[in-house]
Amino acid sequence: MPGRAARLLLGTLFVLFLLFLYGPTLTITILSFQGPDGGLTFPMNGVSLHWFGRLFQTQAVGDLGASMTRTLLLAAMVTASTVVISLAAGMAFRRRFPGSGALFYLTLASLIVPSILVSLGVGLLFNRMEWEPAWYSSAFGAQLTWTLPFGLLIMFAVFNRFDRAWEEAARDMGATPWQSFWHVVLPIIAPSVVGIALFGFTLSFDEFARTLLTAGSGNTLPLEILGMTTTVTTPVLYALGTVSTALSFLVIGGAILGMRLLRRRRGV
Amino acid sequence: MSRWFPWLQAAPLALVLACFLLVPIGLIVVVSFYDYDSFSLIPDFVLTNYREVFASPVTWQTYLKTVWFAGLTWLVTLALGFWLAYYLAFVVQDATWRMVLFVLCTVPFWTSNLIRMIAWVPFLGRNGILNNALVGAGVIEQPLEFLLFSDFAVILAFVHLYTLFMVVPIFNTMMRIDRRLLEAARDAGAGFWQTLWCVILPLCKPGIGIGSIFVVVLVMGDFATVRLMSGGQSASVGLMISNQIGLMQYPAAAANAVVLLAMVLLLVAAMLRVIDIRKEL
Repeated sequence: MPGRAARLLLGTLFVLFLLFLYGPTLTITILSFQGPDGGLTFPMNGVSLHWFGRLFQTQAVGDLGASMTRTLLLAAMVTASTVVISLAAGMAFRRRFPGSGALFYLTLASLIVPSILVSLGVGLLFNRMEWEPAWYSSAFGAQLTWTLPFGLLIMFAVFNRFDRAWEEAARDMGATPWQSFWHVVLPIIAPSVVGIALFGFTLSFDEFARTLLTAGSGNTLPLEILGMTTTVTTPVLYALGTVSTALSFLVIGGAILGMRLLRRRRGV
Repeated sequence: MSRWFPWLQAAPLALVLACFLLVPIGLIVVVSFYDYDSFSLIPDFVLTNYREVFASPVTWQTYLKTVWFAGLTWLVTLALGFWLAYYLAFVVQDATWRMVLFVLCTVPFWTSNLIRMIAWVPFLGRNGILNNALVGAGVIEQPLEFLLFSDFAVILAFVHLYTLFMVVPIFNTMMRIDRRLLEAARDAGAGFWQTLWCVILPLCKPGIGIGSIFVVVLVMGDFATVRLMSGGQSASVGLMISNQIGLMQYPAAAANAVVLLAMVLLLVAAMLRVIDIRKEL
């Protein structure tokens, strides 16, 4: 244990880091409520919802409603697929099977390959095959290469701590493999499954590098933001940031709250 | 249970990775040997794309700059991340407080990186909060120009975005250190620094390794942070690739992509020699 002065120093460092972490985002959240004549920085010229209103006029953003719907649908698709695919693969990896080593390294590689390369590769694939890239096909696949490794690693962490006695007990009592999975394994690992879903959602919702070349003609929300950073010089950009952050917190908070309610009802 | 069952369970994962990772990367390698003009790709086997990568001093500088960004960001996030994790694991005594502070460190992960970059604009701009405060306090007379749209801003944004990738794994390994080891070190007469160097640091190596891989890989492949925060005044390999894509020079972009991928894989392989992450899950 370090001395008193050192502890104080580390505490100060920690507080400063939190300020550094949250300060900028809080600042643009405040600035997004800037009055109609306000600029990109302080002072605030009154308080208004002007810039949020501007968001929904077509000249400010391409088409906010459509890109938002697209982003949420894509995130929902990616979340569901990530949960199902990594859950299944996680179950498979509990035992060695021929090729399990290779598949494990391939999954790790998927985490390491820079996003822009996946974007370029999938874009090229669709280009060469003369398929039309779209958010629900090429962008969907490109995003899965990013969310699945996270999902699988969480499953590894879960099963390394899993007590097999529960399953053996289920089997001894005559449960089929499917019954023991559905009634025993799944309820025990449910919190981690929700964790995988949250990872899948947030990684998809905020992704832009992997969708850059693969989203086709319909932009997602992060791509709209990326486009706006070079052209827009009004607080409308901050308003979009605030909306996007609020939306993702709403979904994540909702999921956590839903899980709590579900647990309470089951009396766990 | 049938012998084929695990394969069936792992098949969807294998299929997705084959279609959207293996085949695309293979295609990048193939296209990197293609010829091209301003309208189309010409299937061929030429080395001109690679020759351009290695013959141009500008490209060399861009690669060096990328490594420099990655190295500097790694040093800062490691130093910062280590002490933040140390504070959480060893200084904070109350478990609830520790959890609250840890969660506070990870919340920004759930928000968009782009927005967190944009958030620096009102702070660092010529008439931004920092300059106004400094001028107001009489520290400087002229607003500082280097704050926004500079290498400083790029590194600042990287540190802002990626420090949590260091904090989380290091904190994780620190929490698993048996506290009796620290007591034993003290009883054996080790001081603070000696305990840190001979006990804590070696036991944190896996966490440091995982954090380092994340930070280095994310910075090496970045294009948006460098573009946004340097205001087009600096370059990285990722940005160069994305510019070449914008100009439809796919084979040139592909050649750079292959070189970048080789660099990243070599770096990660070197780091994996030091740690075995499979033990860490």
